[in-house]
Amino acid sequence: MPEFHMVVCVKVVPRSDEIRVDRETRLLDRRHARLELNPPDMSALEMALNTRDRYGGKLDILSMGPLSFEPLLRVGLAMGCDHIVLLSDRAFGGADTLATTYTLAKGIEKMGGADLIFCGEESADGATGQVPAGLAEWLNVSQLTLLTELSLDLDKQTATGRRSLKGGYEILETPLPCVVSVKNASQEPRFINFSRKAWAYETERVTVWNAVDLNADPESIGLTGSPTTVSELARVPVRERKRIKLEGEAMAKAEQLAVIIRDSL
Amino acid sequence: MPPSRYRENEESKAVWVYLEQEEGTLENVSLEVLSKGRELADVMKWKLVGLLPGSGVHALAKEAITRGADEIWVMDHPLLTTFTIEGHGAVVYDAVMLGKPSIFLLGATHNGRDLAGRLAVRFRTGLNADCTNLHMDEKDALLVSEVSGFGGGVVAMIEMQNHRPQMATVRPGVFALSEPDSARRGKVIDVPVNLKPEQIKTRILERVRSGVVDLTRVPVLVVGGRGVNGDFETLKKLAEILGGDVGATRPPVDAGFIERERQIGQTGVVSSPKMALCCGLSGAFHLLVGIDKADVVVSINSDPEAPIFEFSDYYIVGDVSQYLPVLIQTLESQQEISHA
Repeated sequence: MPEFHMVVCVKVVPRSDEIRVDRETRLLDRRHARLELNPPDMSALEMALNTRDRYGGKLDILSMGPLSFEPLLRVGLAMGCDHIVLLSDRAFGGADTLATTYTLAKGIEKMGGADLIFCGEESADGATGQVPAGLAEWLNVSQLTLLTELSLDLDKQTATGRRSLKGGYEILETPLPCVVSVKNASQEPRFINFSRKAWAYETERVTVWNAVDLNADPESIGLTGSPTTVSELARVPVRERKRIKLEGEAMAKAEQLAVIIRDSL
Repeated sequence: MPPSRYRENEESKAVWVYLEQEEGTLENVSLEVLSKGRELADVMKWKLVGLLPGSGVHALAKEAITRGADEIWVMDHPLLTTFTIEGHGAVVYDAVMLGKPSIFLLGATHNGRDLAGRLAVRFRTGLNADCTNLHMDEKDALLVSEVSGFGGGVVAMIEMQNHRPQMATVRPGVFALSEPDSARRGKVIDVPVNLKPEQIKTRILERVRSGVVDLTRVPVLVVGGRGVNGDFETLKKLAEILGGDVGATRPPVDAGFIERERQIGQTGVVSSPKMALCCGLSGAFHLLVGIDKADVVVSINSDPEAPIFEFSDYYIVGDVSQYLPVLIQTLESQQEISHA
């Protein structure tokens, strides 16, 4: 039997607290924002590592983006992952959900498939949360979303997960292979392993594949493969507020505020 | 790019809405989306159809008609009692391929997102998730989805020319609920369900639901940010006095000070309270989305440059830990006076 193969999909995003908004134009200024691994993906990484520690197998990182993302992905190697696959091609740029999930699925196919695929709940910069389900559909495998816990039965070839519900949870069991999305902030990411750190930043266990390597349909990737188009950008109409500053001593301000609260309700 | 599953010019001019139910109750967000769907359909003089999978759900069809639907397609089957991605995915896919609607909308609940993400790929179509508004481009009969960008006060208007259905999801609380009209008449259509037990791969071993927090319609929302330093107990006390509830920005949620379901903003809850009381939060744009529907916004922050003041009706420059106890005391003594 081939080795149990797991893949964790991660995204590199600009740090949200370093993105500035121009007060006049209200446009985003990402020029000075450093890059980081998408914070919700840290929970996916941790659950993936934890699963590998419990059940064995091989755990690879899959990402899509420019070559400059590579050093950030090496954090995953230092944490314990085995290999990085970066899908990088200008032709992948401008992809919406359909084209992104297609490309990731082609990457997994090229890796020889996977028994278990982990994703974060959503990306901090897109926040659509639609990639895990879309990826599962392209791969024609089952899905368990918004998990806080996961266990496997390798004899039965099933995955059992605790899925968050509004005001509760459900325990679901589904056959492998399976795509799992991990509830944001549900796992405490481990520290990088210092004995692995030097290795992680030097190892050649990084594979870069372009569109031709993936044998991807050129019509299905990037901007070309994205059915949705942005027709215009507009400022968000935010409601005008009174902007009245309360002045005076602390006690007086608190009393004014209490009156305003009572009058408003 | 490759075409979607509809053949060319095959779409029917209609707006369809996925109606999600839980143990015999329709999700509020489904009715909110239905209310918006009515507006879109009226602009185009199209039909509004609700898609209702479940088991023993006929009574809900009538309720959906009072909220604006012209037709409800009911898919009633024991295997649809609880949501599974395989069961609900299969019957919703088949129904959409039968009716070929131009537009298909879903509430962005946990299940709605699972379904939308999966089906959009199955239809080979685009999907706009978590839209902040929807309207019609009447000339070209296209759906225009408003999606807010990351962090900034900018929205993108997104359209799809050639792929169908035009899919979008909307979070709870974004659209207002229309008043029910009990005199409204509509058609209930039973759609035959062809589902075999072996199609449902996912087994539900246990299901627990209790204490659902719904911050979309609380009268007073007390929101805490980084500046409350994890002290949500004081905020809860204040909220209790005012008959409201507590929400938070992302940093305290990520830090584990408060449950994720209380996160307010673009990736959390969109609330429409009479008053939002913002404590120790800076006012990043993704938070503002969640309180913009408040009648009155009040804020306290120690940073005189905090952007939240721009979006407040009344504000205090000062330390939350100093002001909240005084405010609570003042409100409590007022209560005592009014009760005396």
